[in-house]
Amino acid sequence: MIHPTRRSVLKTSAFLAYCCMGQFSAARVLQSESGPLPVTEIDDGVFAFSGADELMRAQNRGEICNVGFIIGKEAVAAIDSGGSVAEGRALIAAIRAVSDKPIRYLINTHMHPDHIFGNAAFDDAGTTIVGHHNLPRALASRGDYYLQSFRASMGADLMADIRIIPPTQLIAGEETLDLGGRPLTLRAWKPAHTDNDLTVFDQKSNVLFTGDLCFIGHLPTMDGSIPGWMDQLEPLKAVNARLAVPGHGPVPSKWPEALDDERRYFEALARDIRKSIADGVPMAEAVKTAAESERLNWQLFEEYNERNATAAFAELEWE
Amino acid sequence: MTIIPTDRHNRMMPFVLLALMAIAVPLSANAQGTSVPESTTWNSLKGDVFGQQAIAPADGVVSIEAPKRAEDAALVPIDLRFKTDATSGQIKAVTLIVDENPAPVAAVFKFGKDAGVTHLATRLRVNAYSYVRAIAETEDGKLLMTQTFVKASGGCSAPALKNQDEAMASLGKMKLRVFPSNAPGIEPKTRATEMQLMIRHPNNSGLQMDQLTRYYIPAHFIQGLTVSQGDRLIMSMEGGISISEDPNFRFEFDARPGEDVRVEAADTEGKKFQDEWPLQPSSL
Ligand SMILES: [Zn+2]
Repeated sequence: MIHPTRRSVLKTSAFLAYCCMGQFSAARVLQSESGPLPVTEIDDGVFAFSGADELMRAQNRGEICNVGFIIGKEAVAAIDSGGSVAEGRALIAAIRAVSDKPIRYLINTHMHPDHIFGNAAFDDAGTTIVGHHNLPRALASRGDYYLQSFRASMGADLMADIRIIPPTQLIAGEETLDLGGRPLTLRAWKPAHTDNDLTVFDQKSNVLFTGDLCFIGHLPTMDGSIPGWMDQLEPLKAVNARLAVPGHGPVPSKWPEALDDERRYFEALARDIRKSIADGVPMAEAVKTAAESERLNWQLFEEYNERNATAAFAELEWE
Repeated sequence: MTIIPTDRHNRMMPFVLLALMAIAVPLSANAQGTSVPESTTWNSLKGDVFGQQAIAPADGVVSIEAPKRAEDAALVPIDLRFKTDATSGQIKAVTLIVDENPAPVAAVFKFGKDAGVTHLATRLRVNAYSYVRAIAETEDGKLLMTQTFVKASGGCSAPALKNQDEAMASLGKMKLRVFPSNAPGIEPKTRATEMQLMIRHPNNSGLQMDQLTRYYIPAHFIQGLTVSQGDRLIMSMEGGISISEDPNFRFEFDARPGEDVRVEAADTEGKKFQDEWPLQPSSL
């Protein structure tokens, strides 16, 4: 035990408890009895739910990203568990409405709360959680922060059930999971949207679940590496899929055209930020106008663009 | 003013301070509705940092700029400018404080006697809606303060590392940029040269809990930094966890063409980093 000195408290704070003492408003939620998540059958045995282009709130139960499932001869794989345990349960109800096969896998496409806050719904179903090999580390360092910081917008009722549950089956490179006559190709990507992005390709239907490597409509958010993401658009595009379920956007979307919008946004953002850096424009000014040409093309531009620009600036100034 | 003893009595200070801060939290939270909240936290903090010394308004000698609402609470740009003349005298040091952060003293900068620092910008973590304040000490020992209010939250507990492997692989790498004075958007200068120093370092706050082990990820940050040119000190910094990941300092000073710029830094794990760059007359 290190004894905190006055100096250590003033400068470094050994007082962790303080940080966790935030005052959160306990917004009461009227929990309606949760029916099955309204899913669309994209292809034989491939289902997906289309999340709203919104921020996670109590009112939308955190249902803002696309989630889905694939049914094989022997088992089912769910892809992402949604932004609350309520959504996770509704996803299970949607699975149960069409299949009584065991849910063998829950595949987490990456660390973000809208994709993993529902994990606890699958905890006692004998389901193995599968994720990128970097996902446990990412959840270890961010999980607590996610639980704290979403309490205000999601409300105490929804948050009460949410637990951070990391994957136990980890994917590096490319691996296959079989659901019985239905092989799924899981691929772990280099840092892009996050440093733990995983895609799921159903070989039978040629449908690709992209996780948040693909955004349509909802402005992409940057929590990994912008050049990393841009560099991997080519190998991503080369995935021989017919249709995609993007992390956010229409279900399904045509592939690889689904990547066109975000590519254009990244190019505008990187171009504007690189120019500002070269011109010596300070970060605070540069982020105000970066990618302004893209404003009208996206939902939630106001909410995320400056933040993306800040991340891009901090990364690109090291080039 | 920054020598803080660590004797046995002071071990009690954290508890006192914690209690004061705990009281301050709900008050400042209530005040968030109004545009200019009370400085309750500062009033209780002031004595711990500056003792009984009087602190006067900076009145333009020091000015501070920060975004009113931070887009990324772990990366809040802060801009300080110093207007020194014969009457105000030189500025010897400046302390940067984020009232509501768990560790309010973000950094203490000390300037070399003839360094002529007129501008200093860095990036901070801001953990809650908070005043960010700069307290400058003049050559004759006066303290002058200016402040701005920043709406941000979670900057200290937010895990900043977006790309952990890359961050650790390049730990301690430094980059120095010299801005030519004729660049667009930069005012013409007489002698002052503008530079930007960047250091690769996670600057972990120690406030991120590992969900699995329930242990906090240990704090690991740059605690000391010295920038010199030739045998002249330009500036030194004593820093804490409120300085953002990849510490970044942009500053203007009276550079001497032809003399090397040298940077030394040390982190809390005892690692030392250093680098130096020739300063060509042509780059001025
Ligand atoms: Zn995401």
